[in-house]
Amino acid sequence: MLENYIPIFIVFTFAMVFALLTVFSSEIIGPKRPSKEKLSPYESGMKPIGTAEERVSIKYYLVAMLFIIFDLEVIFIYPWAVKFKELYHGSAVTPAIGLPVFVSMLIFLVVFELGFLYAYKKGAFRWD
Amino acid sequence: MELAEILFLAFASIAVVTAIFTVISRSPVISALFLVINFGALSGLYLLLSAQFLSVVQVIVYAGAIMVLFLFVLMLLRPEKEDKYFVVNRKMKIFAVIVGLFLFGQLAFAIFASDIGQTVSIESSRSEQIGKIAYIGENLYTTYLFPFEAIAFVLLVATIGAIVISKKKLD
Repeated sequence: MLENYIPIFIVFTFAMVFALLTVFSSEIIGPKRPSKEKLSPYESGMKPIGTAEERVSIKYYLVAMLFIIFDLEVIFIYPWAVKFKELYHGSAVTPAIGLPVFVSMLIFLVVFELGFLYAYKKGAFRWD
Repeated sequence: MELAEILFLAFASIAVVTAIFTVISRSPVISALFLVINFGALSGLYLLLSAQFLSVVQVIVYAGAIMVLFLFVLMLLRPEKEDKYFVVNRKMKIFAVIVGLFLFGQLAFAIFASDIGQTVSIESSRSEQIGKIAYIGENLYTTYLFPFEAIAFVLLVATIGAIVISKKKLD
């Protein structure tokens, strides 16, 4: 059973190594000859005040919250997609159900998209 | 060693190390990023326990969505500017060590006092099936269809609630 997941492990490791390599390779390979002039933000410009890390707007928070909810929707579609063919046509262990399998997911999605419609109409995605 | 054992040791050590870094790093954002790696390692551990669905949920929901929310909260509030939370006085330190040791003792006792392998019931062989995505798909859309549709309504309420609370100026 675990052997089936080896390709996924390889993909994950490759992705992680690739991401770290691209981020840090320029840091490691690139030449660094800093001087006082180079490190100053502008020649004859303003000296920086405070940190570079600004506070982010609260609007991002709403987007993140809606993202969680729609992420959960994906989670519930996933087992359905895995099992759909067997439930629809039937298999050795499960009887064929047919159209109701499709309709049940459709009801789920329609109820969900009501929330999406509400968010859209209320302007949750508008960036004013 | 078997493949499963090697993977377990790898994931467990990553989980422990990143958990320690989550606690000790001064910057909350760095600490949250270590928590993401910790969630990834936990997802691997779930997979080794043949809880595949939980493993996928751990990556998609926790490492993906919840950590994004955490990071936005941290970037919004900038807690590292609140210096008063980083001041550690002597009394607090002693108390923290005592409480930590107590918790450690409790956990160690719970692990070593239980006779591992003796209390596993016959039913636990079925648990290997339960964690599988196919098993969940088989039951969720047939036997538990009504709770499944109810989830849609619960999440609909959550969507509307999130918008009503955070959007003060509704138009």
